[in-house]
Amino acid sequence: MVVGKSVKRVDAFDKVTGRTKYTDDLCDRSAYVAKVLHSTIAHGKVLSVDTTEAEKIDGVIKIVTCFDVPKNYFPTAGHPWSTDESHQDVADRLLLTDIVRFYGDDVAAVIAENEVAAAQAIKAIKVEYEEYPFVLDVQEAMSDSAPLLHERFPNNILAHTSQSVGNYEEAIKEEGLIKFDNWYDTPTVQHCHIENHICYASEENGRITVVTSTQIPHIVRRVVGQALGVDWGKIRVIKPYIGGGFGNKQDVLYEPLCAYLSTVVGGRLVKLDSSREETFVCQRVRHAIRSHIITYARPDGTFVARKLETFSNQGAYASHGHSVGAKGMGCFKQLYPCENVEAECYTVFTNRPVAGAMRGYGIPQAMFAVESQIDDIAKALGMTPLEIREKNLMPVGYTDDFSKNVNYFDSFNQCIEKGKKYIDYDRKLKEYKNQSGDIRKGIGMAVFWYNTAVWPISLESSSSRMVLNQDGSIQIQLGETEIGQGADTAFAQMAADAVGLTLDKVNVVSCQDTDITPFGTGAYASRQTYVGGLTIKQTGELLKQRILDYAQKLSGVSCEELDIVDNIIIKKADNSTVMTVADLAVTALYSLEDSRHITAETTFQIKSNAYSFGCCFADVEVDIRACKVKILDIINVHDCGTLINPALAEAQVHGGMSMGIGYALSEQEIFDAKTGRTLNNNLLDYKLSTFMDHPHLEAQFVENAEPTSAFGTKALGEPPTCPVAPAIRNAVLNATGVAINRIPMTPHVLFEEFKNHGLL
Amino acid sequence: MAQYKLVKCTINGKEVEKMVDVRASLTDMLRNDYRLTSVKKGCEVGECGACNVLIDGECFNSCIYLAVWAEGKNIRTLEGLMSPDGELSDIQQAFIDEAAVQCGFCTPGVIMSAVEILESGRDYTDDELRKLLSGHLCRCTGYENILRAVRKTLDKRLGKIQ
Repeated sequence: MVVGKSVKRVDAFDKVTGRTKYTDDLCDRSAYVAKVLHSTIAHGKVLSVDTTEAEKIDGVIKIVTCFDVPKNYFPTAGHPWSTDESHQDVADRLLLTDIVRFYGDDVAAVIAENEVAAAQAIKAIKVEYEEYPFVLDVQEAMSDSAPLLHERFPNNILAHTSQSVGNYEEAIKEEGLIKFDNWYDTPTVQHCHIENHICYASEENGRITVVTSTQIPHIVRRVVGQALGVDWGKIRVIKPYIGGGFGNKQDVLYEPLCAYLSTVVGGRLVKLDSSREETFVCQRVRHAIRSHIITYARPDGTFVARKLETFSNQGAYASHGHSVGAKGMGCFKQLYPCENVEAECYTVFTNRPVAGAMRGYGIPQAMFAVESQIDDIAKALGMTPLEIREKNLMPVGYTDDFSKNVNYFDSFNQCIEKGKKYIDYDRKLKEYKNQSGDIRKGIGMAVFWYNTAVWPISLESSSSRMVLNQDGSIQIQLGETEIGQGADTAFAQMAADAVGLTLDKVNVVSCQDTDITPFGTGAYASRQTYVGGLTIKQTGELLKQRILDYAQKLSGVSCEELDIVDNIIIKKADNSTVMTVADLAVTALYSLEDSRHITAETTFQIKSNAYSFGCCFADVEVDIRACKVKILDIINVHDCGTLINPALAEAQVHGGMSMGIGYALSEQEIFDAKTGRTLNNNLLDYKLSTFMDHPHLEAQFVENAEPTSAFGTKALGEPPTCPVAPAIRNAVLNATGVAINRIPMTPHVLFEEFKNHGLL
Repeated sequence: MAQYKLVKCTINGKEVEKMVDVRASLTDMLRNDYRLTSVKKGCEVGECGACNVLIDGECFNSCIYLAVWAEGKNIRTLEGLMSPDGELSDIQQAFIDEAAVQCGFCTPGVIMSAVEILESGRDYTDDELRKLLSGHLCRCTGYENILRAVRKTLDKRLGKIQ
């Protein structure tokens, strides 16, 4: 058995020797270079594009403007397509647009022989705009006087949904209730995968091939087809190794434009390589969400009625749209079940960069608001943060009426116990009481809720194919993608166990090619090992059965009595060797009587999206005069079910914690109020965590095997990011008594807050 | 000024020369002219460290180092680290063993910084290592296992651990 072992990554050798090929490494040097001209206003109409000077530049092949492209509106979200029109993603994008809706929108594109010519041509194009007023704030955008971004969405509201349990209005009449009414704000942040998005396209035999750095090759194929008005089978998408995605590449980015540009130069090879500055502005960001929570609690800490209102800043186009805010809202009534809950969520267009999927998908925002208020309530009621959670947190046996998810285990308490012990919580909580002076320490924690995959929003399915080679090894292919998280290694481990092979006999075909790879929707929703595991088990068992059927023919022993263990076909009764899988494979392929190429391919449908739980504890030191927070120690504890590969799971948690620390303390895109321009579109001015911003990151696990999962596993990709910011925020509250209700908690924010509370 | 210039240098132990566009960065020269694609482009303005290479033993972001400046220099990239018979260097093996690799895009640059640190022959505290490595941005690992891989390799080379 290799599931559960910390085997080395299957791609590690190539990655440490520099031979792993990413998209740009594979592109032929003959490629034309394409660059995009972005708008320099936040909202308006393009009146004219003058390309006269640009066309004179040596090396420029062709310039395409917003007036030249086909008017096929297309959606970009990396969601499975819905055949029900009312559930389809909003199709509001064009390849290039004459109505610009954010500072950086795509107006024209240049194809040139080289980068220098393309860059010079972009500078030489003159665009004349009619400027419209613009709006950046989510609630201002909802007012009647706000400029409208999309005509069919009055008040800029992309969607508004609500949930209701019990009777909130009646419940709050109870005498003696204490009301907590708070607002929480989270910022616009960016994924910052180190490989920027890049793609290249060309035509071959009347079909368009796009090679792209994406998490979702099969979805890219569909959207390129939709955008170009071409049959989807005419599009072939290839995904090589990618340098991180984190959700930005769970959106269709410049693949449709690149494919189109190839078609306007006779199908020649065209490369579109985004700059870091474009990655920050012209691709996707995480939704900034403003949350308003009202909680009515009894003096003993029991929640009687709760209300949530969230305003999710969508930016200029729909992308993943309301599903992000709605996921955040969905956790509200589940994490702290209460008899009377009202929740509503607005997703609103503004003239900001487009918000899409980003690690956590609405949950980091929701956890910041929800977990901050829990601590605010505890403090006001004189309870400890753990006492109030113990009283209200989702109990074992809780079943959600919508997803039908069940909280099978006492994961929360088990995770909290581990976190407490590691960080010495009880002692520190006492020690940090009654501090004074400029340097104060604080201890804080937060829990999180996350569910694996996207059922029941869409049916989850995954396909895999296994092919037996002459030496008894197999190839395995899935539509689910390796994006750095270690999926290929986990898939190999699961396939080895499913068939009965050793790990060295499993070759994962890492690259997805929509012409060859079985259909699968890709890497998102922390679904890979969960959903992929189910199809791997099913296909593995089918392949095994076919091997054993042939073994029965060769050996005369009934296949019921046979098994495969470590590459050897054995008799179950006495573990005696019948033959090796390798011998069988050679015979099967070259037999003069009954030649078979033994393969298996299946699709598995999953109607479940298992809960994944955990917590974060942070121990911080606050320098009040410097308005700085230093993390002294931090731990995440996760119950993601059975660990497929403990070392890789731990590494995933480290990365998520790092992203959470940045979210808490330093990361945000800043927009110029006068122009709408993103002011910090680079890795110097946008402060993601560096080597020096972390202490040791501790990752621990509780392993309750998930009953709905083939290998007992469930979500771990996104969860580590979810509880970190509120845990740090609650530690700052513990240290200073000041409740900071917006992140990132930069010195600017802390100065203001400390001053308001008389600390400065 | 002529657009092309002959640049002679040593790359991964081999003396080479090529006509190079005078506007090209060393990243471009290494990637395009010598096909050393371990040299990655993450920002092209010296912010992320993905293009880091050793020039005469010292780390540089090759994206903000002109190709023509490489004249007469000794340049090392990740491709040069594995021995001719295919044996990995200790630091490469440590990156595998400590699960310090995820998407792998920052990995070549970080390993070359680690090489500079290791070849100094000095010992460093963890805080010093963090500072020395802080020119590299990584979004996957939280830097935790990278630090562990460098620490362990350093301790082994200094004879502090087996």
